[in-house]
Amino acid sequence: MLGLDNYMLSVGILAGIWVLLALGLNVITGYAGQVSLGHAAFYAFGAYTTAILTTNLGWPWIVTMPLAIVVAAALGVVLGLPSLRLRDDFLAIVTLGLGLVTQSLALYLPFTGGSLGIGGIPYPALGPLRFDTPAYFAMVVVLVIVGIALSAWLARSWVGLGWRALRDDELAARAMGINVTALKVLAFAVGAGYAGLAGALLAHHLGFIIAYNFGFAESITALAMIVVGGLGTVRGPVVGALLLALAPEVFRPLADYRMTIYGALVAAVIVLQPQGLLGERAWLVQRWRWRRG
Amino acid sequence: MARPRGGVQTAYGNDDMLQQVANGLTIGVVYALIAAGLTLVYGVLRVLHFAHGGVYMVAAYVALAVILALGGGFWPALALAIVVAGALGVAIERVVYRPLRGASPIAPLIAGAGVYLMLEDIFRRLGGPYTRPFPADLAGTVVLGPLQLTAKQALVLVASLVGLGLLAYLIQRTKLGLAMQAVAQDATTAASLGIPVDRVVALSFFVGSVLAGLAGVLVGLYFNAVEPTMGALPGMKAFAVVVLGGLGSVAGAVVAALLLGVVEALVTGYLDLPLGRDAVAFVLLIAALLFRPQGLLGGQVEKV
Repeated sequence: MLGLDNYMLSVGILAGIWVLLALGLNVITGYAGQVSLGHAAFYAFGAYTTAILTTNLGWPWIVTMPLAIVVAAALGVVLGLPSLRLRDDFLAIVTLGLGLVTQSLALYLPFTGGSLGIGGIPYPALGPLRFDTPAYFAMVVVLVIVGIALSAWLARSWVGLGWRALRDDELAARAMGINVTALKVLAFAVGAGYAGLAGALLAHHLGFIIAYNFGFAESITALAMIVVGGLGTVRGPVVGALLLALAPEVFRPLADYRMTIYGALVAAVIVLQPQGLLGERAWLVQRWRWRRG
Repeated sequence: MARPRGGVQTAYGNDDMLQQVANGLTIGVVYALIAAGLTLVYGVLRVLHFAHGGVYMVAAYVALAVILALGGGFWPALALAIVVAGALGVAIERVVYRPLRGASPIAPLIAGAGVYLMLEDIFRRLGGPYTRPFPADLAGTVVLGPLQLTAKQALVLVASLVGLGLLAYLIQRTKLGLAMQAVAQDATTAASLGIPVDRVVALSFFVGSVLAGLAGVLVGLYFNAVEPTMGALPGMKAFAVVVLGGLGSVAGAVVAALLLGVVEALVTGYLDLPLGRDAVAFVLLIAALLFRPQGLLGGQVEKV
């Protein structure tokens, strides 16, 4: 496809999975203003749902992938409940803890494969037609486009308006009669649903998952992506996720310094552009608007 | 993620609950050092300082380098390590957090995590990706009534308590401590009363990072292990401890840290949970917040 080899397509698939993760976290943190450092928990639930159902029960992926979204969204409702009592920094640390506890459970419970993980997750197939890497890449691209469209639509809907009110001033939003409780829970459900899809896509792509795939590093990377790109916009998470997912590939020739550069890049972008590269008041965006008059 | 090592270097004289509690307290005082520093900088700057675990790790490597490369003893190594840690903390505040004052609180959090990643990678290159032993001539045991402590345990306990004691003195009995409390309560008012807020913030980072450095060196000695990733888990647990103690309360953080150390030791010793030892901190945190959202001592003591 387009003269890309399977390795590059695989990198593209993983980048697409990151875009979905970032879009989901952006709904929770960017739209509704609820800081979450435990996004990997939803990612894990999506991956484990489809992995367990396809390998143990032999269910088809076309059923288990949507189910992964539903299960992750349900977990989002549960894990979103602390946001009803806790604000800002407290919420950040509690979600950090929920993420770590989820990972720890996945590492110790028998039906998640414990520290051995789950292998033999089938690559998707439709009847006799087995998806190869280019077909899977195409599917991920389509799902990412749907995800972007849904995010953009949500931002403009009345729900999106409610989220923005909640983010900017919770007390005022409540006073205006906005159902803050329902909106918070809905944000977590939607964001978790995105992560569930991302997890399911990862499971079927790798064919093997293990608790280490869903740690704090994944949660903080997703958050870094949306902050680097521009919190609360749609373009921000997409560009941030692509940038940070592909950066390690770009820096591969500098393999020894890769993570040093990566860490410095994240810190530098945020210090220079706290709004993110493409946030509302970012330098690039203002320059673009100025040139167009 | 879980690598239970708490019992490795401990004394096995009387394998009873009292002994477990003593072992737990040894780790607890180290958690207290890290968390006290974290809560101190949270108090003055309201930032969740994710590079704190990196500072802790760097100090352990500096001490190791002094002992191995320069042939220094433990005490000079410790002294140099905590000074470097303090300077590193001040540098991080100056370069990363100061430009982000007034930005969304997520911005410093992510930038701090970026700095942490960078530090971890730099020391993976400098010191190798493996665990390095921490050479120290310290054998024998100290017997305290029914308790047997290894010499290392005794050193960790005494050094940590001295560090915490000095911190308490600094906060409550010195002008700098008073200024820290003022900035923590209201930075704008403090500034208008002539308190040099920037300098107080920098000094808070220095003091907090010195404590983290002390903790890093003591842990390296205690477990006889220094590795690039050693700061990750203690850094995260310290956040649980800080919130458990009521964000910004140093006394609360110390109490919560000691509690965590003891509960971890008892859970590992007596219970068979489907969880790693390292998840205990967060289970404790989540359970506690359900009943006391303001933390153990939150809202009752001074907020520095």
